[in-house]
Formats: sequence, C-alpha cells, structure tokens
Amino acid sequence: MAEKLVGTDIAPPDLHAKITGRARYAEDFRAPGMVFAKLLLSPMPHARVRRVDARRALAMPGVIDILRADEVPSRDGPREACLTDYPRYEGEPILAVAAVDEETAAAAIEAIEIDFEPLPFVIDPLDSLRPGGPNAYVEGNQFSGQDGWSEFRWTAEDFAVIDAGGMPDPSCPVEWTKGDPDAAFAESALVLEETIVHQSLTHHPMEPRSNMAYWEGDRLFAFVSTQSTQQTKFALASALDMDPENITFVAEFCGGGFGSKISGTTVMQVPAIFSKKIGRPVMLRVTRYEENYIGRARPGFQSWLKMGFLPNGKCNAIDLIIVQESGPYGASDYATAGMIADLTYTPQNMRFRAVDMFTNTPPKAAQRGPGGAQIISMMEPILEKAARELGVDRLEMHRLNAPRGDVKFGPRDSTLTSVHAIEALERGAEMFDWPAKVALSGRRDGSRVTGVGIGLSPYTAGSRDRDGLMIIRPDGKLYVHQGIGNLGTHSIADTARPAAELLGLSWDDVVIVWGDSSKGMPRSTVQAGSQTTHAHTRANHAAGMDALQKVREVAAATMGGAPSAYRVDGGRVSGPGGTMTLGRVAERAIQMGGRYDGHVLPEDIHEQTIPAAQMLAGQGLMGVARDNYGGEGNVYSWVAGFALVELDEETGVVALKEYVGITDCGTVIHPRSLGAQVLGGSIQGMGMAMTQRWVFDPKWGVPFANRLYTARPPGMLDVPPDLKWDAVGIADPTTPVGAKGIGEPPVGAGAAALTCAVADAMGGRCLCRTPLTPDIILAELEGRTGVGRLEQHVG
Amino acid sequence: MDQSEALGVLEQKYSRRTFIKGVIATGATVSSTGYLFRGTPLLGAAAFQTATERLLSLNVNGQVRRVDVLPHETLAMTLRYKLGLTGTKLGCDRAECGACTVLVDGVAQYGCSMLTHQVRGRAVTTIEGLEDPDTGELSTVQKAVMDEGGFQCAFCAPGFIMSMTAMLQDNPNPTREEAAHALSGNLCRCADYDKILNCAMRAAELARSV
Repeated sequence: MAEKLVGTDIAPPDLHAKITGRARYAEDFRAPGMVFAKLLLSPMPHARVRRVDARRALAMPGVIDILRADEVPSRDGPREACLTDYPRYEGEPILAVAAVDEETAAAAIEAIEIDFEPLPFVIDPLDSLRPGGPNAYVEGNQFSGQDGWSEFRWTAEDFAVIDAGGMPDPSCPVEWTKGDPDAAFAESALVLEETIVHQSLTHHPMEPRSNMAYWEGDRLFAFVSTQSTQQTKFALASALDMDPENITFVAEFCGGGFGSKISGTTVMQVPAIFSKKIGRPVMLRVTRYEENYIGRARPGFQSWLKMGFLPNGKCNAIDLIIVQESGPYGASDYATAGMIADLTYTPQNMRFRAVDMFTNTPPKAAQRGPGGAQIISMMEPILEKAARELGVDRLEMHRLNAPRGDVKFGPRDSTLTSVHAIEALERGAEMFDWPAKVALSGRRDGSRVTGVGIGLSPYTAGSRDRDGLMIIRPDGKLYVHQGIGNLGTHSIADTARPAAELLGLSWDDVVIVWGDSSKGMPRSTVQAGSQTTHAHTRANHAAGMDALQKVREVAAATMGGAPSAYRVDGGRVSGPGGTMTLGRVAERAIQMGGRYDGHVLPEDIHEQTIPAAQMLAGQGLMGVARDNYGGEGNVYSWVAGFALVELDEETGVVALKEYVGITDCGTVIHPRSLGAQVLGGSIQGMGMAMTQRWVFDPKWGVPFANRLYTARPPGMLDVPPDLKWDAVGIADPTTPVGAKGIGEPPVGAGAAALTCAVADAMGGRCLCRTPLTPDIILAELEGRTGVGRLEQHVG
Repeated sequence: MDQSEALGVLEQKYSRRTFIKGVIATGATVSSTGYLFRGTPLLGAAAFQTATERLLSLNVNGQVRRVDVLPHETLAMTLRYKLGLTGTKLGCDRAECGACTVLVDGVAQYGCSMLTHQVRGRAVTTIEGLEDPDTGELSTVQKAVMDEGGFQCAFCAPGFIMSMTAMLQDNPNPTREEAAHALSGNLCRCADYDKILNCAMRAAELARSV
C-alpha cells in the first residue's frame, strides 16, 4: 500500500540544513577574490544629482571602482533603475563603490562629494491631488504609456467637502459600477459613511536583499535572495538584456520576502553589472537600515466608504473611493481592494473609484495580501458597526454577507471555483466559542476592557498552466525539479507530494531538486499571490501522470502485456509479465530513448521548460507535462479570524488574549505548515494593524521609523502562547489535488479580527485608521478627534 | 552571590552598555561597527587603514581558532567572514532581531553586539557547534525542531535554536509562557511563534527523557 503523503506532516527535506547552519542564503556564498560593494543612498526625497566628485574616494587604498547610474539599464517614465541620478525617495541608491572590504567601501562612500539639487516632493498623495499641489515627478503626477506625463487634480469643491469631513464625488481615473448603487442606498435601512486611512508600511523580511555575482566569460553566476527562482532568472536576464541561458542562477534559500522579492529585487542588478565592470565577484550586503528604504512597502490607502444595509443586516450597496499612496514607481493594490470588497460583502450594487498617486516615499510592492489585507482591515469594523446599529449578532452579520458558491463579483461578474467561507466562520465560532466570548464584550477589570471581533478575509490562491518536470533515475528515486522559490512556505517540497503518491513512492525515495538553474527548472509560477500550492500541485500531478504512463509502457514493452494492466507501487511496477523495480524501469527508459527518457518532449510544454528537459534527457525516465487541466473561475482561499483583546484605557495598550484562525483553502497538503501560514500570516496582519508604524517628517520628507524597533513587528510576547487554527478541508473540485494556496488571506483576517475587537472594547467606536498604536487609541478615548485623521504617515 | 555581584555578572552577560563601552575604548564609533569589517589579506590589495588587526586565539565550537581581528570587529562578523561560520545570521546588526544569537560560556548573546575581543578566553558556541562532532548527531533542541517541523524561512532559526539551548540549561522545565519569555529576544518575521514554542516544549520534553 502506497504511503499517504497528501495531508500528513512531513518535515521538509531542507530542514536539516536550516537548523544546522548549513543552509546558504545569498549572503552566505563566497567566491575567490570577492570584493564588497556599498551603496550611496539619496539623503532627500526628490532631487537631481548635479555633480559627483569621487576622486578622493577612488584614491583611497583598497577602493576598486565606482558604478554610476549611466552604466546601468534605465527606462523612461516612472520606472525604477538600480542606480539613478534622479532620486525619487530618501534612500534611493545613487551609485555604488567596490572595495576589497566593506569598511573601505563605506569609507569611500563617505569620501564622495556629491551635489544635489533638491526638488519639490510629495509624501501625502492628497497634497498632490489638491489644486496647485506638488508633483512627485518634475514632469507630472500621472503617467500613461500612451500619453506620457500629465497632471491630475481634484477640484476645490471636492476638497471643500473633504475638508468639511464629508465624502467627495470626485472624478477618478479608475471607475466601475455594477447594479444601481444610488437606488439601492435609497432602499437601505442603514447607511454608514466613513473616512478611513490605512497606513503604508515596509515589508522587513528577516533576510535583507543582499546578493552576490560574478562572471566567467559570458556566463553570469548570480546568488540572489528571491521568492521565486526560475522566473527571477528570467527577470534578471530581461533587466540585463541578456540570454537567460547564460545565467547560472542560485537561490537555494530565501529569508522571507512577503511580496518584496517576487521576481528578485532591483538591487540584484548591482553586483551583476559591477562584477562585469571590474572583473571580480561582488558581494552587496544590504543592511536593515537600507532595507527600510529599498526593501519595498505596502501602499497606503485614504478612502471614503459608504455602505448600505437592509434591516436584516445584508449589505446592499457599497460606494468606495480609494486614493492610493503609490510611491515613485506605482502599485496596483487598489484594483484588488475593489474586487475583494465586492466579493466579501456581496452588495450586488457597487461603485468603485480609485486614483493611484505617485509619492516620494520608498517604492511599493505587493505585501502579503496586497489590497485585500488593507480593505478587509478597513471594512470589517464597519460591518460590525452596522451589526450593532441594526441589532444583528456580529457572527450572523458576517455569515449573512459572505459569498455562496454562485457569487459573481467585480465589474465583469467574476466567479469562484469554490468557496467555503461560511463553513470557516462556523468552525471558527465553535472553536472560539463565540456565544460565550461575545458575552464578555465590555467586561471591565480595573482599567482593562474586553473586546471580541471577527475578520473574514479572502485572497487569490491559485493559477494554472505551468509545467512539471521530474525524472526517475536508475537509483529508483524520483527527482522532482522545482522552479519555484524556497521562501519558507515548504511548497518547494509539498507540491511534489501528489506526483510521489501517483507513483506509489515512499517519501524517502523522493528527491527535491531546487535552487540552482544549472540543475534544470521547468516553467514555474512566480512565488506570489498564493499561487504556488495550487499551480504546482497541478503541474506536478500532470508530470506525475506522464511518468506513470511511461513506467507502464516501459514495463509492458519489457515484460509483455498491456500498459494498463501494470500497477505501480512501493518502488516497483507489477503486471501480467512480472515485476520490475523503478530503477530497472529507468534503465530501460534510457535504452528505449525517445519520449521515455526525455529525448522527445511533448509539443505543448512551455519554451522555458525545454532547455531544462533537454539537459536532463537520457538520465532516466522523464515525466514532463504542461498543466492542461484547465478550469473556470477564480481561485480564492479564505481565513476567518476570531480575536479576544483587553484594552487598557489608561495606557492605550491592547493585549491579544485569544486568537483562532480557520481557513478554507481546499485539500490540506501539509497540516503543520498550513497552521504556521494561517497563524503567522494572522500575526503579520496584527503587526500591520497595531504596531508597525511608519512615520514621515512632512517637512523634509524622510521616514523617522526606519528600523525594526521603531516600526516593530510583533514579537513572541505580543501573542498568546496558545493560538488555535483549523482548516475546513473541503477539496476544490476544479483542480486534481483539490488544494488552494494560503499565504495571503490570513493577513487581513488577523488585522481585521484585532481592529474589530479593539472597536468592540471601545463600545463599538471605529477608529478608521491603522495602525492603532496606544497614542492613537488614547487620543480617541480622550476625545481628541480629527487630529491627522486623513493624513497618511502621520500618527 | 550578593546582589551587587549578581548585577555585575548580569551586566557582563547581557548588557549592551558593555558592548558600547568596549567600542568606545577601541576608538571606533558605535554606528560603524555592525556591518563593517575587514577583508582577508588574501584579497590582495591593501585596504583603507583605520586600525590594526591583532591575532587572537578564540575558542569556537570546542576548537581553538587563530584569527586576525580588528579592535572594533563584532563577533558575528568574525564568525561569518573570517571563520566561515555563516550559520550565524545578521538580520539587523543592532540587537533588534536576535538572528545572530550565539552562546558565550553557555549564555545566549547577540553576536552583532559583542566585540570579538570580548570573547577571548571564553567558549563560543554557534549553530554549527551543536551537533556531535564525531557522529553528527543532532542536539536535543535540533532533534525537537526536526520532530515539530519547525520554522518557515528559517533565517531566524539559528538564533532561536541557540536561545532554546540556553533556555534549557537555565530552566529545564519551562511552561509555555516561560519559554515565550526566554525566547522573546528573538524575532521571527514569518511569526511562526506557535510552532517555535512547540519546538521549545518538545526540546524540554526530550531533554527530560534522556
């Protein structure tokens, strides 16, 4: 009987390396003659470099060379280069210096004389929307590929309404409407209108984006910290305008990315270009301080929300306006936020408007649950507020509004493959004991008040049409080649399980091959948007089916009988003609050649897979296939979070006392790892909502909170030692293994459960902004209203 | 041990002030110590000279290692860039994250906030030194982490494992709350705290059963 792999706890094969210090992250690689680069970062948020005098620096002993912006690729418009003479945020890299050691490189950076022309800057996007406001770029504040630069403003009338605390009716570059929101609001029993600010905050993965590179002739060897692997290799090749097959790309481990290292990093170009220039390996170590600037950030939102409800609590209309703080190089969180608002509250009548505004703050990128985490943490407290006003139980309110399987959402009536959000809510209510806990709401113990809250959060969780590539070698083991990255989700191993199960193999006979492009990688997804578990259980299932069919054919050709009469299990194939080991089958496949050992490849696989498959041809029996399973509908996973907090009214400090997170993410592949995703993601969301505060100086446009202790992610004592989680565990019927992704949705659930619980502890008052640091809570408790209410980056 | 003596030991064990005092004594500035270091002479070219290296003998993972060290060089940099012990990670270089935690005479210390000169004559243990050097057998804590499938990206793992090792020496019978306190000097950005606590409790259980 084959070992059951899907749904069991198996430690990933790289764990031993991780806990013995053998795992090599990008900064752990060394090369003979390696030198060190240091970046010179812009000291101001928007400037032009007028003059650089590096003579003194270059004359210092041990200094090798300088790399300037005109030596690196750049493109017109609001597009980021790895070095620039037109810095658009404080901390943008201007140039790099290489020296024999890092101390010398840093001393050389200090010795460079550089003359900046300061330019006007924008920190808060509303400033740039005001008539006569500043622009983040000299050329304007909006850019389109077709029309180039322009200026976009709201009118004085719009701002008269805004400044009076009202909801404006502005024109926006992005707008869609479904149903008839105006008519629906007229029928609503309750209409809530709120102004909400969601902060921008930096990612701060534990491993900064250090990287190293060297060249041997025309071949680049790049050692990069990245979430993805195969796709990052292509991104690097594209950035450097070179043939991807001339890159040996190594990314064995990644110390977290959370969206900030999806296709690698912009700064990964610096060692690659610099090492070519000076003919020596270059290590660029990025410090935590630098990471704050170049390490990407979640875009902030300033929003006006109008939500209508029928007497029973059903949301029947939404009018949502989002101004997105997009940094100098843009982001698209707002689009996802609009979709997720419609999906989560199913109003049937919705108007969505958005404008993304360039600002001179550190660049934005997807941050775990981009757009979704923001909008859920903003809207869930409003939903709970409506429940209070209508006298509906809050759990019932979430259940009533959550989508059913036939939901249609967004401007194009998108559909889902499956949804079990209600089951997640019900399971969570049971584990949390909602009726008992909600009875504790408002309980006082000295200055501490109890509050409970629920957050329901969806996010995309899959994609289709990647390739799988695996080979059974004469040693009888299955080598699964993975082009996805190894950022700690364990999907690098877990997505191989379906193929191993199909081939009846014990997990000890499966070898995961990853992290080095010279070993051969199939066309893979970028490791983002929670796609990987879905996309690559499918791709590996497809390649596993291909391998299974070939094993049977080889057995039949060798021992006689029909291929379909052969069974594969326990490392052997058995049928009417007898039994062979898979090792023997691999040897026979090599003898038979053709499609059996990969010398002839399926015609439909992606072009990016072909070189890898050709390289492995002749080494065993090859399973290689494109995911042709198809399927209709968007893949979304869900997390329902339940939180109980105690708010100290004297100090403004919130203590999380209990948390339960329940996910609907289809079939569970690896329970223990899933639990880590559900709880870890939830806690990240709590940091976003409560502790990680990014504050900028509006006068000089520079961040104050640029380290871990000033924008503090949650630590071990910020969460109770007995968090709970579970999974609904209902397979998605549209995908062969039934598994969906999980990375993103917990963030919004954790954040919203907490903000709802805080509002509950304050008697139902929504603060309508993040993060809820003690000073903000105290200001609200003391009745100091309106201070910085609409401003981004202000406490 | 009277109270003032105990405080003195504590300060020696844990104080960041000791580190800063050490840095000032060597004439370097605090801000430049964390991430700056000297390349090896093998790199050829002479480097910008601010201070002179001194040859030290260090006791690392039970071996005596001789190494040239700058007066202001941190232990984490010496381990990573001169002794090839890259298991000790640098997440922040400023005593904010604990990824560089090592044991000095059995006490958990941030390697980024300790000068290499401070560990002369003391026993340094890094993540590479936990396995049995002869058999490769994992330490109790490492076995517990394997059992529990601990950590996600694991950049913080070496630091946490060193802190767990120190915790078990001080308190072999921790409650979950006590374990959380003992490990609270380490940050996990994946926030896998629940599983990390499972590992710590499992390690205590394994240690008791030996």
